Amino acid sequence: MIRTPLRPLARILQAREKGENPDAIERENRRLRSEEARDKAKGRAEGRLLVLAAVFLVAFGAVGARMGALAATEPAEPRVATSGAAILTQRADITDRKGRVLATNLLTHSLYAQPRQMVDPVRVAQELAKVFPDLDVARLTRDFTGERKFLWIKKKMSPEQMQAVHDIGDPGLMFGPREMRLYPNGALAAHILGGASFGREGVGSAEIVGVAGVEKAFDGWLRDPGNGGAGLTLSLDLTVQSAMEEVLAGGMKLMNAKGATAILMEVATGEIVAMASLPDYDPNDRPSPLTKGDASDSPLFNRAVQGVYELGSTFKIFAVAQALDLGLVNPGTMIDTKGPLTWGRHRIRDFHDYGPRLSVTDVIVESSNIGTARIAMMVGPERQQQFLRSLGFLEPTPVELVEAPTGKPLLPAKWSDISSLTISYGHGLSASPLHLAAAYATIANGGRKVSPTLIHGAGAEPGPQVMSPAVARESMNMLRQVVTRGTASFGDVKGYAVAGKTGTADKAKPSGGYYKDKVIATFASVFPAHAPKYVLITTLDEPVETAGNEPRRTAGWTAVPVGAEIIRRTAPLLGLRPEVEPAAPDALTLVHN
Amino acid sequence: MTEMVFGTVPVRAGEPILPRWWRTVDRWALSSVLLLFAVGLLLGLAASVPLAEKNGLDPFYYVTRQAVFGTVALAVMVLVSMLSPVQVRRLGVLGFVGAFVALMLLPVFGTDFGKGAVRWFSFGFASVQPSEFLKPCFVVIAAWLMAAAQDLGGPPGRFYSFVLAVVVVLLLALQPDFGQASLVLFSWGVMYFVAGAPFLLLTLLAGLTVAGGLFAYNASEHFARRINGFLSPEIDPRTQIGYATNAIQEGGFFGVGVGEGTVKWSLPDAHTDFIIAVAAEEYGLVLVLLIIALYASVVLSSLWRLLRERDPFTRLAGAGLACAFGVQALINMGVAVRLLPAKGMTLPFVSYGGSSVIASGIALGMLLALTRARPQGQIGDILARRGR
Repeated sequence: MIRTPLRPLARILQAREKGENPDAIERENRRLRSEEARDKAKGRAEGRLLVLAAVFLVAFGAVGARMGALAATEPAEPRVATSGAAILTQRADITDRKGRVLATNLLTHSLYAQPRQMVDPVRVAQELAKVFPDLDVARLTRDFTGERKFLWIKKKMSPEQMQAVHDIGDPGLMFGPREMRLYPNGALAAHILGGASFGREGVGSAEIVGVAGVEKAFDGWLRDPGNGGAGLTLSLDLTVQSAMEEVLAGGMKLMNAKGATAILMEVATGEIVAMASLPDYDPNDRPSPLTKGDASDSPLFNRAVQGVYELGSTFKIFAVAQALDLGLVNPGTMIDTKGPLTWGRHRIRDFHDYGPRLSVTDVIVESSNIGTARIAMMVGPERQQQFLRSLGFLEPTPVELVEAPTGKPLLPAKWSDISSLTISYGHGLSASPLHLAAAYATIANGGRKVSPTLIHGAGAEPGPQVMSPAVARESMNMLRQVVTRGTASFGDVKGYAVAGKTGTADKAKPSGGYYKDKVIATFASVFPAHAPKYVLITTLDEPVETAGNEPRRTAGWTAVPVGAEIIRRTAPLLGLRPEVEPAAPDALTLVHN
Repeated sequence: MTEMVFGTVPVRAGEPILPRWWRTVDRWALSSVLLLFAVGLLLGLAASVPLAEKNGLDPFYYVTRQAVFGTVALAVMVLVSMLSPVQVRRLGVLGFVGAFVALMLLPVFGTDFGKGAVRWFSFGFASVQPSEFLKPCFVVIAAWLMAAAQDLGGPPGRFYSFVLAVVVVLLLALQPDFGQASLVLFSWGVMYFVAGAPFLLLTLLAGLTVAGGLFAYNASEHFARRINGFLSPEIDPRTQIGYATNAIQEGGFFGVGVGEGTVKWSLPDAHTDFIIAVAAEEYGLVLVLLIIALYASVVLSSLWRLLRERDPFTRLAGAGLACAFGVQALINMGVAVRLLPAKGMTLPFVSYGGSSVIASGIALGMLLALTRARPQGQIGDILARRGR
């Protein structure tokens, strides 16, 4: 770098010669150079300021564009009040096989409070307690005047209550729209429907979730918006269900039973047309489960599916049918029934002494324990177990209720010879009445296995053949004779050719052993006998019939009349034509003029 | 010759101050600032109500306060804008000394208002944050030093200003107040850039920044998490940014309506750091774009006027003040739209804040004073060129 001197020597020498002050030249030089530097700096700064201006323009533009882009998009996240995923409120209806509504939704409102916005919290608490007598004034006052910002008061309320709350006129009381689950038929089919309650709740909506029965078993399906609003069609028939529950409730009262259950099933498909368990409840207002004691005493307990009982003599037909199917006996084969039958330290007795020998048919008709046990001896434990498995007795029923897996049959720890003997007449193996219905349907439909179902049209596929049709027909013949001349004579409903088998089993004590005066009385019936269409299982828990001199507990006196009355009421509703017997010739009256 | 013979013509005793001020001031920037202040009051009506309710005050307590402080600030701004550049320089230097001493005294007399950083002096009715006042004064003094460095045989002003900047930044970082510290550093950088920073150094600095950022990202887990959170497309709706984004989306183009917004109830800083979200929600994109345009017009019109400025001090100080103002607004809005990582910074003149609005008034007053139209020696140039 070449330095330019502040005092340009040539000019200074000249100036000196002229006698001028050389400092002026230096000042002049200095001024010119600083001006030059200033202009150079200005030129450079101009460019850089322009760069700065451009950067700022771009930055402000970017912020503006970003704001515009954000403003143009829809807010993806929900607002504070409804944080979390969106709540789907639509829930499909449930109908019976003819489209009659069993469960639907109703628009209602929930009530919540924001105490911060209340004008007069004390008055609001008092007025609310007037509208809802179950609310506690002191507690409401404490909540409203305390630190809380938000509280639910009612999950749902009637229009009248809503108007009354509205009339309180306080801005701190708010209504949230709700859909509530409504069961318009009240307690009808309560155990099948189960019930629903609110799941996740927000101010704007709440989720309805099933808590029991098909509501829970099909919860996902019912809430799936992909079904396009289609309802769930059950195999139930509302009118039949209603008639059956009415008769069953009357029978339970008449027979002084503490509980009762009945199942009406189509034999060909396994579709359940009606199923009831008493006592029952209203699914619109589900009682809370028992916190102590026996769960089976709760009205929530579904005896037909969850209750497993020793079902007594109704099992005898399975031993006989298997023996027939294996060719070990035929209906006329005589069986030794001399009692008691001693096996190890066990003795098997009959209710009466039926004499030394009975035909196989009569073993069923008279319900001989000894005779059945002898037939079971011919079959043997392994084959018996295998046969009962094929009828579905060793697994919980596959019915579409969330409670079904809890109805797990109680089996002997070791399927010994003596177990096999007692199981043949229905002791030592506990199963639900629904198991029994499915097994009887197998006999009634010609020997094909049946899976009980609650969904209309689900049972169209025929199951595997469990026994030959001929054996099934012979078994049906025996069952018909039980009604015409055996223990179930009260079950002979005129015009509907009922076949069936009674079963009276002593109830087991929780401490072991059996009660002497507590029984489970069951009537397993099939009608009409010549072309079986329906199976009806009627079970009474601890029935006792006191019309006679001594209390009678056997199924023939308790469960059979109730079952017969159910058939009498429901068979016409099911569209069965009664067989009108032709009048006897001697009833004709010849009239001579 | 005439003057020599007859003495000087009695010139007018100078143009009256106000008309001259009005003639020469940057009216475009001035009206933008006034509009911004009006918008701030309008938003305060919505945004400060929750805070007032929380503190059990009259709903418009903070709006009234802001109106009072804002009026004072605007008066200060107009007064300062009437100063000449030399007076601005004196004010800046004196103010710097005062603010610097105040800053040093903070650990002794200051308060942190329970926020963890000692930044304020509390005077009962109001609180003062010295760093707000220090910032414009620093710009002025740094510009003076750099301008002096351009004189022949001047002092090494750039180096002095750099040392000053480092001292101030360290003091602010100790509080800690990284927001103000970065603003101070940024304005020094802008001035250095305008004053003619060599390009080699600039590229070197850019490289160093990138390398430092990468190093911090790899070395510090906290830093990495912040950056990752900023880069991830997911927004947690429960964070301040989440609420702000949601508010902007809710507002759309024309807003949800006056007083209908909800974000002000969810965000604790709705009246200061996130007031742009309140604006976007209640008045929509229209008002937001207006606010952006107002800030841009202040910055750009100032820079445009500084292009013609010959005096290096005026040019540097003006550029520093304008850029500090613009960057503060940019950072605030950029955070709300997630262009920048979260950093608390107020929106000048719009956000609520007593002492900060007065400090902004002083800064803008200085800027307006520096950008006033004044003779740039064009005639002299022409004459000089002709004379040569």
